[in-house]
Amino acid sequence: MASECPDRAHAVAFTLNGETVRAHVPARMHLGDLLRQSFGLTGVHLGCEHGVCGACTILVDGRAVRSCLMLGVQADGATVETVEGLTESGRIRDLQDAFHVRNALQCGYCTPGMLVTAAELLDDADAAASREAIRAAIAGNYCRCTGYHAIVDAIASTAEARRQGRPNAGREAAE
Amino acid sequence: MSADPGGLTFLDRPNSYIGRSVPRPNARRLLEGRGVYVDDVAVARLGHVAFLRSPHAHARIVALDTADAKAMPGVIAVVTGAELAEVCTPWVGVLGHFKGLRSAPQHALAIDRVTWVGEPFCAVVAHSRAEAEDALAAIMVEFDPLPAVVDMETALDPATPAIHAELGDNLAFERVLDVGDVDAAFRDAALVVEETFQFGRHTGVCLEPRAILADWAAADGMLTVHHSFQAPHMMQDILCKHLSLAEGAVRVICKDVGGSFGIKVHIYPDEMATCALALMLKRPVKFVADRLESFQSDIHARDHRVTARMAFSAEGDILALDMDDLTGIGPYSVYPRTSAVEANQVVNLTGGPYRHQHYRARARVVLQNKAPTCQYRAVGHPIATMVAEGLVDLGAARLGLDPLAVRERNVIPDDAYPCAGVSGIKLEKLSHQAALAKLKAMMDYDGLRAEQANLRQRGIHRGIGLAAFIEITNPSAAFYGVGGARISSQDGCTIRLDPQGGVVASVSVTEQGQGTEGIIAQIVATATGVPMDKVRVISGDTQATPYGGGTWASRGAGIGGEAAWQAGKALRGNVLAVAGAILQADPGSLDVRDGAVVDAGTGTERMPLAELGRIVYFRPDTLPPGVQPEFVATRHYVPKDYPFAFTNGVQASYVEVDTETGFVRLLKHWCVEDCGTVLNPLLVDEQIRGGIVQGIGGALFEHCLYDSEGQLLNGSMADYLVPMAGEMPDIAVAHVVSATASSEIGAKGAGEAGTAGAPAAVVNAINDALRPFEARVSRQPVTPEVVLEALGLI
Repeated sequence: MASECPDRAHAVAFTLNGETVRAHVPARMHLGDLLRQSFGLTGVHLGCEHGVCGACTILVDGRAVRSCLMLGVQADGATVETVEGLTESGRIRDLQDAFHVRNALQCGYCTPGMLVTAAELLDDADAAASREAIRAAIAGNYCRCTGYHAIVDAIASTAEARRQGRPNAGREAAE
Repeated sequence: MSADPGGLTFLDRPNSYIGRSVPRPNARRLLEGRGVYVDDVAVARLGHVAFLRSPHAHARIVALDTADAKAMPGVIAVVTGAELAEVCTPWVGVLGHFKGLRSAPQHALAIDRVTWVGEPFCAVVAHSRAEAEDALAAIMVEFDPLPAVVDMETALDPATPAIHAELGDNLAFERVLDVGDVDAAFRDAALVVEETFQFGRHTGVCLEPRAILADWAAADGMLTVHHSFQAPHMMQDILCKHLSLAEGAVRVICKDVGGSFGIKVHIYPDEMATCALALMLKRPVKFVADRLESFQSDIHARDHRVTARMAFSAEGDILALDMDDLTGIGPYSVYPRTSAVEANQVVNLTGGPYRHQHYRARARVVLQNKAPTCQYRAVGHPIATMVAEGLVDLGAARLGLDPLAVRERNVIPDDAYPCAGVSGIKLEKLSHQAALAKLKAMMDYDGLRAEQANLRQRGIHRGIGLAAFIEITNPSAAFYGVGGARISSQDGCTIRLDPQGGVVASVSVTEQGQGTEGIIAQIVATATGVPMDKVRVISGDTQATPYGGGTWASRGAGIGGEAAWQAGKALRGNVLAVAGAILQADPGSLDVRDGAVVDAGTGTERMPLAELGRIVYFRPDTLPPGVQPEFVATRHYVPKDYPFAFTNGVQASYVEVDTETGFVRLLKHWCVEDCGTVLNPLLVDEQIRGGIVQGIGGALFEHCLYDSEGQLLNGSMADYLVPMAGEMPDIAVAHVVSATASSEIGAKGAGEAGTAGAPAAVVNAINDALRPFEARVSRQPVTPEVVLEALGLI
């Protein structure tokens, strides 16, 4: 029976928000559950668990990934960043400031995933040059509250500030 | 606008935050992933519950064997409906003021019979949700399928079986309103237009699913419930009633809530079962709906078929409206708000912006074997608005008149208030004319019409759609209280001044992301004179806040905000009385500004609040004799002069229809609305925009599909379409301000407006685009298939 037990755990080690972590992960547990349940990273939000809503989006080896569509065991050896890590490193501080100033969030449930998707887009600020391009890039992240308009504004203003070499523009406006 | 004790209006106070686009203080937490939603709450010895749900729309449970499930790894308990009923009593969703409304007793877990696909009837509690789900598969159950009542059009036929035999038939509620002489008005009309409108079922799709964690601590006799919910005190009251607990034995905490929109203000069987299981098992139990469960068991809304006709004079005057609304609500009227409210609102609101005097409406609410429907954002509004605005457009087109001009001609004039609407609703002050004028300028209506005509020549089919509407907000006890529901319409705020000169404000209205805590902080800062960064707001905890209604029907700002304003003024009065005694000054000559007691005339600082706090809390021995500081003030508020604060607005949509594929591209959307005093434009505008997109979802995408046997066909976000950023337009928002005189701050609600008007604006725009083809759509959602059918292409 043991080999059929769905909860049989596998040892994994990976870099999580800059720290090396280890865990024993049941084979069927997805990465989102692993991050939330084993590491307390509750900023990873689960909205649909079938890859549509985008709330659980994280960075794996620098790319935006749905953590509900990846198994925990697949993280072995990878570099994983969640909204908590991106916050602490300061990497998306300007984006978070722009969201705050523009009220580009209401209930906040989609927000971590939205920020991660936007962070990847903003790695090339020129790619976020038009509202249409921004809307296309975040089209996999569902927001029921804002109507998206403010989110597009916040990402556009961050992209513009980065292009002009003023990454603190959002914070200045916030303060 | 009333003066405050300082002799200034709140807008003029030196440190007024009201009306300013201040970012929300609590948003930082959410932006850093530090929100605390129910599933983030960590407690020891937690049991996870999963529910066995009916695969049939209607069936008798013949046999249920849980022995194998009980033996599965990690299982703590397997509980049937009959077992749970020993702890949790059933409920019936009726209200006294909806005369004739009928429903049947509903149990937390169905006992002998299941009545919709997704109804829970057995629960497994295990050490993990995965183990609980594993055990569900080991439960042996035998059903005897019963005929399912699916189609609301035939639900009342004598041949259709009654879902609840004791009710005799499937008619839950009927309301008929007949005002003026409708038949004569139609007889004398120059033009009568008629249409049948169909509104698909849709649902809220909150991104955070419904979630509840109930923790029974026998040692102190306390049931603590963490709940993703809008009305904590209502839940406390209902848990007490059905679990036979004293009020003080139940604490409901609603910390961060990941979207609600009316979905999270109802009593759900699985949530009641979770609380009952915590009592039974004497340990914490958590339920978090997965997305399939959400689609099956969150309340649905908007399942209506309306046939309506409108009479016009040759000049374009609306003479009369006659409508028949049929709606299906599932097998039970939902407790405690009932499922009759939506149809009732449709009757109250349809044609509400217009001054015609002849109106007849019939609404019939029928039971069916589908998920229960109940109040969802803008209850009844999008249906009422679509019916009237669709007919207005149809009439304008037949008369060869401009649709905006017809609306300008027919709306109740801005100088006619106060007055009553044709359905009998009391209207204090609306601004349809001003809103239409603003919209016309804002969207460059004439320029857009010219562009449309130009492009039409080139085979590009664009349409402009308008929708005027009224919105019901700031409800008094007339909404539920008079019907016998223990749903509070009053709200309260308690404000405490602390030694450093900051304040803590606890409020009974709740935060779901709309910015309640933000506007309360703005109001409290303004009213007390304390800087906003020294205001901390607490909400969503029955043990820490005054008693109140929470969030529903757009009442946070208008009712909760006024309570906060009054409490803040009272606290400032108390502060000035004590400061006057210390400073040997007339309290009337003093004011609190920016955290200090100042001379009201000159603004010269007399004493920082921190110094006052130090003296009062740590050296009260030095206070003059007879001075007893009360640095806590509580005030409650409910509107008394009007049962509701009606608001108004108008929306416009500009769309392009691909007449070969049927696809609709949204190009731009505008909204002008009047919510009275705008406390924070940043928050109001995003509320409106979010509401508009929700309305667009209903108009174009969202549909809970059932087959003829009552099987739900789409239970995932992959096949239930929701609006995503890629297909949504930019949305321009502007305001007209008619402050309500019912309160000092003058705020009305703004939460429903976007959803109320958007579907009609979009559908009217599609029909405007299709006009050269003499094609019309009247069935929502308007999918490409519906457009192609209208064009006769399929």
